[in-house]
Amino acid sequence: MSETGVHSREIHIRAISALGDAHLQEAYRSSTLRLFTGRVEAASEVPGWELLRDRARAIKHDVIEHLDYYLAQFADNVEGLGGKVHWAANGEEACRLVCDIAGRAGAREVVKAKTMVSEEIELTHALAARGIRSVETDMGEFILQLAGERPGHIVAPAIHKTRHDVSELFTAHLHAERTDDPERLTAVARRALREMFAQAGMGLSGANFAVAETGTVVVIENEGNIRFCTTAPRVQVALVGIEKIIPRFADLGIFLRLLGRSATGQKLTVYTSLLTGPRRPGEDGPEELHVVLVDNGRVATLADPKMREALFCIRCGACLNACPVYRKIGGHAYGWVYSGPIGALVTPEFTGIEQGRELPFASTLCGACREVCPVKINIPDLLLHLRSKAQEMTRAPQPKDSPVSERTAMRLWAWLMKGPRRYALAARLARVGQKVFARQGWVRRFSKFPLSRWTEGRDFPALAPKPFRDRWKELSS
Amino acid sequence: MAAKPPRVALFITCLADQFFPMVGECAVEVLRRLGVEVTFNPAQTCCGQPAFNTGYRQETREVAARVLDLFDDAEFIVAPSGSCATMVRVFYPELFADDPERLKKAESLARRFYEFSEFLVKVLKVEDVGASFRGRVSYHDSCHLLRELGVGEEPRKLIRAVRGVEFVELDDYRLCCGFGGTFSVKFPEVSVAMGEDKLNAAKRAGAEVLVANDSGCLMHLAGLAHRQGLPVRTMHLAELLAKRE
Repeated sequence: MSETGVHSREIHIRAISALGDAHLQEAYRSSTLRLFTGRVEAASEVPGWELLRDRARAIKHDVIEHLDYYLAQFADNVEGLGGKVHWAANGEEACRLVCDIAGRAGAREVVKAKTMVSEEIELTHALAARGIRSVETDMGEFILQLAGERPGHIVAPAIHKTRHDVSELFTAHLHAERTDDPERLTAVARRALREMFAQAGMGLSGANFAVAETGTVVVIENEGNIRFCTTAPRVQVALVGIEKIIPRFADLGIFLRLLGRSATGQKLTVYTSLLTGPRRPGEDGPEELHVVLVDNGRVATLADPKMREALFCIRCGACLNACPVYRKIGGHAYGWVYSGPIGALVTPEFTGIEQGRELPFASTLCGACREVCPVKINIPDLLLHLRSKAQEMTRAPQPKDSPVSERTAMRLWAWLMKGPRRYALAARLARVGQKVFARQGWVRRFSKFPLSRWTEGRDFPALAPKPFRDRWKELSS
Repeated sequence: MAAKPPRVALFITCLADQFFPMVGECAVEVLRRLGVEVTFNPAQTCCGQPAFNTGYRQETREVAARVLDLFDDAEFIVAPSGSCATMVRVFYPELFADDPERLKKAESLARRFYEFSEFLVKVLKVEDVGASFRGRVSYHDSCHLLRELGVGEEPRKLIRAVRGVEFVELDDYRLCCGFGGTFSVKFPEVSVAMGEDKLNAAKRAGAEVLVANDSGCLMHLAGLAHRQGLPVRTMHLAELLAKRE
């Protein structure tokens, strides 16, 4: 089974190991480029794309500012339709609720749609501990379940697996014949899954949106597995992060146009399912519908007026595809279930700044993420905010070759920069000192942090013989 | 141009001051050529960006507060750096949001503070500065300049107007070079891998010279090219515009 817990402090070593894996590098490079290009083309087809983004942002802003109101409205409407609403403060509670529902339903098997919240709360492990087998029915998640891995991407969980990798897994676990043909590989998964759909006592999904006005859970997908999960089993559970609310049914049109295009470059995904209450007399669908509303760190995020904006996210993954750092280090480097720029925001918020403190630093703040975000989250600005939060609340790790702590170094730096004479004197001393290191204008190796890190892969320029301030006297005479 | 020549206070930036004074000299030369009166206040040091980007806001405020006072009476302040200009224009007002007096000063400073290429094109309304240089030249957008200040066209106009220059665009010109301030030493392996991509793009484009407007990106790319013995030459825009070859 997949990894558990938060490993975000390991981002440095995980990043290096990803960089050293040529196979992985190529998988991430080609897939992110394809998704990135698809988004650019799909967005360019829509007149008023920018207005759509502004509108979506305004709606999300309203939702997050009045979340209590909209959540209550949503819950009332779900119950009014005959569904059951459950509230979970954290992952443990959410898992217990779902396990209890499965227990009461007598389900020994659960078919799962792709849901990031279930990854977040490690639901598969909780179900297994109660003797309930859960099967991932999304192709990507199905592959990862066999591989025992967490998703490498929010939207394309098996982004890092090539068709060859998939064939290897299917041969080893499902005794399938070796093939690199995607269609035949899909057929293998399909055969394995059909059986499960028929016998599972409970279906589990996430939610892309939850409409307050109508109590509707909206799920989008391309494979039809979610529709199966949400209609075939007798009992259906939707795991919904509390930030997934949108106020009105009419708002859905705005978000659906943005989400498919931003995520995969599709105008709409192949399936859009609207789940409004359990089965009504004479209709198809589950007899029981349970909606589990999950907090798990979201209310704490709401409490920080600046970080609140991170809850606007509709999980399209566009920021991952655009991020030059994500493209290099991959999803697993982030050490939890969300990766890329949005992962660097929500992981420290949802799991605690202690665990996630290094993530906001894993960015050049280039802003490519903000450019593609469908709800215009100012990601670089939030990363900067989290960096200051990290420095206020925790201590920066001190590399072995660092003579002083980062905080001490920054205090010393500020002291120098506040006195132009001190600054000039320090530079003069450094000019004398660098004679030992510099050759023809370059330094090849420093022994102390931080410059030792610079010179691992690059040369460092020597200080100029004369700083500009001294040259100025000649220029102005 | 107005009858009275514009007065510019040069914000040299700490990197250019200590490592690349030539950038400052060239900027002064170009500005003077265009009839600008340039001044330099030697009390300046750094804008505070290293501490800000690493999350040390109090230390940043202490350094930034000095900058607010240094340029009170300057008509225009020009920096040969997109990220230092971003620090002053975008982040100073955020940094002093809770300090009404300093916020007022920060907002006033932000209105008078320009990046070099932006100042030439937007304020002086000049594209051809009378430079000449023979070679295939490409331009790397530094992220802060492009995405925070929205300056991408201006440097290209200036480069294209240089006599003898053949301008080529990189296929990934909007992509970050991997410098990222302290990111370059916190995640050096990733930083280097991104820099390699950028230098490869320059190679694919057949660029002999890669121009940028930020000393940070330039020292990262130059240091990488030097370590790997790559032929591409890096140059600050001010250096190119000062050339008369």
